[in-house]
Amino acid sequence: MRKDRTGISQDDDRSPPADLRGAESSNKTRNCCGVGSVSGSTGPISMEFQAPCPDQVLENVLENVLQFLSSRRDRNAASLVCKSWWRVEALTRSDLYIGNCYSVSPRRAMSRFSRVQSVSIKGRPRFADFNLMPIDWGAHFTPWVTAMASAYPWLEKVYLKRMSVTDDDLALLAESFPSFKELVIVCCDGFSTSGLAIVASDCRQLKVLDLIESEVTDDDVDWIACFPESGATCLESLIFDCVECSINFDALESLVVRSPSLKKLRLNCNVSIGQLCRLIVRAPQLTHLGTGSYSSPDDAVPGEHASDLQSALSACKSLVCLSGFKEMLPDYLPAIYPVCANLTSLNFSYANIHSDQIISVIFHCHNLQVLWVLDSIRDEGLQAVASTCKDLRELRVFPLDARGDNEGPVSDVGLQAISEGCRKLRSILYFCQHMTNAAVIAMSRNCPDLEVFRLCIIALHSPDHVTGKPMDEAFGYIGKYGKLLRTLSVAFAGDSDMGLKYVLEGCPRLQKLEIRDSPFGDAALHSGLHHYYNMRFLWMSSCRLSPKGCQEIVRALPRLVVEVIKHDVAVCPDDTVDILYMYRSLEGPRDDAPKVVTILQ
Amino acid sequence: MEGCMAFDKELNLEATELRLGLPGIKESEKQPSSTIKSNKRAFPNMDEKSCGSKDSSKASHAQKCNQEIASPSKAQVVGWPPVRSYRKNCFQAKTMEAEAAGVYLKVSMDGAPYLRKIDLKIYKGYPELLKALEDMFKFSMGEYSESEGYNNGSEFVPTYEDKDGDWMLVGDVPWDMFISSCKRLRIMKGSEARGLGCAV
Repeated sequence: MRKDRTGISQDDDRSPPADLRGAESSNKTRNCCGVGSVSGSTGPISMEFQAPCPDQVLENVLENVLQFLSSRRDRNAASLVCKSWWRVEALTRSDLYIGNCYSVSPRRAMSRFSRVQSVSIKGRPRFADFNLMPIDWGAHFTPWVTAMASAYPWLEKVYLKRMSVTDDDLALLAESFPSFKELVIVCCDGFSTSGLAIVASDCRQLKVLDLIESEVTDDDVDWIACFPESGATCLESLIFDCVECSINFDALESLVVRSPSLKKLRLNCNVSIGQLCRLIVRAPQLTHLGTGSYSSPDDAVPGEHASDLQSALSACKSLVCLSGFKEMLPDYLPAIYPVCANLTSLNFSYANIHSDQIISVIFHCHNLQVLWVLDSIRDEGLQAVASTCKDLRELRVFPLDARGDNEGPVSDVGLQAISEGCRKLRSILYFCQHMTNAAVIAMSRNCPDLEVFRLCIIALHSPDHVTGKPMDEAFGYIGKYGKLLRTLSVAFAGDSDMGLKYVLEGCPRLQKLEIRDSPFGDAALHSGLHHYYNMRFLWMSSCRLSPKGCQEIVRALPRLVVEVIKHDVAVCPDDTVDILYMYRSLEGPRDDAPKVVTILQ
Repeated sequence: MEGCMAFDKELNLEATELRLGLPGIKESEKQPSSTIKSNKRAFPNMDEKSCGSKDSSKASHAQKCNQEIASPSKAQVVGWPPVRSYRKNCFQAKTMEAEAAGVYLKVSMDGAPYLRKIDLKIYKGYPELLKALEDMFKFSMGEYSESEGYNNGSEFVPTYEDKDGDWMLVGDVPWDMFISSCKRLRIMKGSEARGLGCAV
């Protein structure tokens, strides 16, 4: 796999080759630097009375220089220069990013990086969100927090995505890190409001508590009231729109009043518009606002709070990000017009309103970079986006009706328009009923910065509805033009192995590939052998893989962990592979896999 | 998924099929694609030459299927479309179209590795729902009686959590009350379920 290193760009997750060779010894550092010609003849005793050797001076200098390196890709590159740089980089790295919690063990990570203040860990692959993985598949935070409790006493920040987190984990976190400042939990589960209460009450330096798209069990604990009751808090960000429990509003209002640094506040849907007004008035310095339900069920007159809301919002001069609108009442839509011009991010994906109402908002949003919206925006709405939002980087179009029974309010027409109007697009998620090869090709041609491409054609096995051809050609173009592509999701698509081959051979930056219900077999799987060590993971479910084909991967690439997961605990025919999930790892097979998972060896 | 089901229908396997279920369930209420099994495509070892012809026959099977099986079968393909359930549930009472979006609930079974989600709205009553659960998790639950719940050695018993957070036996309340108050389902081991609802 050596030849990959030259061709592949800075892959942020790749460990340096030194690790692959096994344990290092500090004696070897002398040979690496090439400074002076230390022959190793000086014995340890006489060393004590000598001036620091040139190597040591260099290391001190390096340490002072490398601590300014913040990008982890730069750091990964620096660590590959030589042993000395490797060691100094490890000492000066303060942000630890683990893209796959099973690629490296906590012990190994912590023995290399001893001065970490911020840790990010990602666990399950994205398809786990759609019940394609067994409940107890893994990705437990417990071994990580347990190891960090002793290794990183000065830990300040934790970011978790798709991990299983327990209340005990949160309690250990609150207890072990006196300087703890930021907790960001995304798409996780396993904890409850009891865990939140502990964090709120015990983390006295807490600046950020962000709960995003996570499942939080309602233990009936009033966690908002658990923040320290007197004195100003350090809170800068409080995001809890996914926490589906009732909120003690008075405690929340009091908390907002006591948090002068609060910039980000995203409420859950148990906050009404009247309450929203009261909060905004207390926090005009907000930059990010999640509006909660954006509904007012007790209105005597529809829209009676509208002018209050509008003036409260107008007072928020720094507002750049709006979300919420979970039960949006159109009467209150005009209240947001004054803030639209400054918005860089708008999440309208819960706003069940007409296309022309959405367009009326879009026309004010010239600076939008991120837009999440429902497909009720229709193709006309996407055309409005294409002509107004020239700076758009990320677009997500979600289906209003998940069953997909309608003719499809958005189609290739909308996608084509976006590709022509929003040339800076980097990330797209697009649900539609039908698509054409031409529109997908246009997207890959017109948007050269595209890194994340997720297209979901809800009508299964639907061909190009203009030419009638299968959607395979699209893969060829992705392979040809998707040179920066890092993430690709494929479902119910493709006609033969060629589709997957185009992608694996044509996208050198591809790191995450998830495929379900597509006719790709062993030959297609093998076409990626040159690339799998550069990827974070590959997921293939309900494709045409055989156990023999997967076993050959294990033989060819011993550093991959190849998991074969069954749909059923009961015996199924052993000549098919239900789910293949494979990822590079320094640790070999994990020991916490449930019974439905077989790790090939 | 639909192609697979129509293929089976052509072979008329249904006529010889052994089924578990509550008495009085109509033949046509079968929910073929609600089991994980349906994800396994009926692809025998095909070489690439036959790909083309299979595709056209698949297309006609799919069409046939769409006529015979109502649209809910699409929604019952596991994890499809890939939309998280909080998003699916969001619009239930408020869609502008006449048919509301479904009520997606989690179903777990003690000892089963996978969580499932089902759309309660597509079932018209308890018999259909229970049959679907039996198919989904491959178990049988015995007969329901008001006084004794699910009796006679059934290892598993369907229960649900209602809006107040109480765990109840499925079937204890009228159907309409059930679908408006049910938050999630759990197929519990029979021994644990004693003491729920009516069964004393």
